[in-house]
Amino acid sequence: MDNIDELLKNAKIQPLGEAAVQVTFGETINPQYSSCARALAAELDRQAIPGIKECEVGYTGVAIFYEPLLLRQTKLENADANLSHSFQVISKLVRQTLANLKLSEENTAPKVRVPVCYGGEYGPDLEYVAEYHKMTPEEVIKKHTSGDYLVYMIGFAPGFPYVGGLPEEIATPRRSTPRLLIPKGSVGIAGSQTGAYPLETPGGWQLIGRTPLELFRPNDMVHPSVLSAGDRLEFYAISEEEYKRIQAQEGSGTK
Amino acid sequence: MNILVKKSGPMTTLQDLGRLGFQKYGVLVNGAMDSFSSRIANILVGNAPTEASLEMTMLGSTLELPAGTLFALTGADLAATINGQPVPQFRPVYVKTDCTLRCGFSKRGCRGYLAIAGGFDVPLVMGSKSTYLRAKIGGYKGRVLQDGDVLEIGTASAVAQTFIHNITAKADRPAPFVTVPWFAPCSFIFGEDEIRVTQGQQFNWFTDASVQDFFQEPYTITLQSDRMGYRLEGKVLAYREKRDLVSEPVTFGSIQIPADGKPIILLADRQTAGGYPKIASVIYADLPRLAQRQPNTQLHFKEVTLAEAEQYYFQQEDYLAQLAEIIAQRMA
Repeated sequence: MDNIDELLKNAKIQPLGEAAVQVTFGETINPQYSSCARALAAELDRQAIPGIKECEVGYTGVAIFYEPLLLRQTKLENADANLSHSFQVISKLVRQTLANLKLSEENTAPKVRVPVCYGGEYGPDLEYVAEYHKMTPEEVIKKHTSGDYLVYMIGFAPGFPYVGGLPEEIATPRRSTPRLLIPKGSVGIAGSQTGAYPLETPGGWQLIGRTPLELFRPNDMVHPSVLSAGDRLEFYAISEEEYKRIQAQEGSGTK
Repeated sequence: MNILVKKSGPMTTLQDLGRLGFQKYGVLVNGAMDSFSSRIANILVGNAPTEASLEMTMLGSTLELPAGTLFALTGADLAATINGQPVPQFRPVYVKTDCTLRCGFSKRGCRGYLAIAGGFDVPLVMGSKSTYLRAKIGGYKGRVLQDGDVLEIGTASAVAQTFIHNITAKADRPAPFVTVPWFAPCSFIFGEDEIRVTQGQQFNWFTDASVQDFFQEPYTITLQSDRMGYRLEGKVLAYREKRDLVSEPVTFGSIQIPADGKPIILLADRQTAGGYPKIASVIYADLPRLAQRQPNTQLHFKEVTLAEAEQYYFQQEDYLAQLAEIIAQRMA
């Protein structure tokens, strides 16, 4: 365990083009770096600083997108002629924010529960994953629903969670040939990652089930994605009847 | 009022300046590839620069415009005509009667922009009219335009109505369209000079020889290039050592180098994060010029400091603001 204060103090701030910076807390996938990233993004969002357009939380840090024109008049002491004015203004602001950041050691976010109908036509690779690990499909489901999951970031597709915490025993390599079309809601495994596809898309994940939840809701301006970075996640098994019932509810709720 | 799309062209979409604020949810930014041209087109018809325009790629559309339409064409020269008469670019154009605007193959540049006074009346999705093809949202029904589509025109602003009044007052001769004797000079978007870049976060991951190649050798934009990114062919670039990069956010113009060593420049429809090392980032001031480069043409890269990149950006934005002021004066 790294000391959180040290992590915050030693954050690396690098330009990402001339209208964004990347603040990085480490180079590997680690819940602590993720907490630092989320805390910084949340604090910057709270401050609503003019000139900052948006913060994007990644695995190891935060990208802060800004409008250089809006920072043009901000005064700066001891400027470095090789670095842009706006980069230095933002860097200073980030350092100040990091210095005052209070971070709780534990992630107390409530668990988001994601219902999954496993196997059959919803999870065509469940049998393969079971065979691969010399388990029964039921054992795979039990493992998958018992994981303690953390959403590190949302990316790849809108609402698509990069999830850590898959039990090692069911980690499975990707399919050798990706599928051209994966149905919306598919829940899969790729190496030690697990996740759910919010949209129909091509992909090489092993599909073990499907969730009826609408993970991406473009008509919801506040929470277009059901999941956010930092969410704790739990998968639970449902029957096909329940799948259809929730799907009907979801459909009427989002349209 | 509405516009009938007689022939859409292969890749015509509605784009504004992008869908901002949702990258943390994995939502792409989208927006015009050449945002300078899109903004100038809208300014020329009295719209806010943030209004959407029609982005036509390589081959333009044939559109039936209703009488009373004020429009402007910017970006790539799509050899537009009305009744066989060439329609000039970079200026407001007014049609008194119903007519057909034909855009053809690009004579110069890659992406033409059409703005209409009043804008395109499509719903805002998450605050933007930009077409998000992957998610099938935004723009016109979330997709590329097709033959037979009908685009609703919004209500012209007071500024746009003054533009229309003034442009028609000066026109007396019978013609299919009327325009002005001046134009907004934007030829810088077509230059073939080097594309200027700043160092990327993983610049030091590349061998000295690769860095040298990157700045000295030509790179060709391949046909596998689109709004998501330009895939380049040229001297292959190598990392000093094999190193894992955890997916991290990227930006418009990020140049990433996958394991095959062939650069990819990420553009308007880029994903929100990427796992390939980034050698450089195209400066904002050169993005319009990059967006206007056609496939099978060559690029050269040149390094500038972050301070210089910012200065060029300010210069370009100041120039746009000056143009907007002059246009407003001329049309008032």
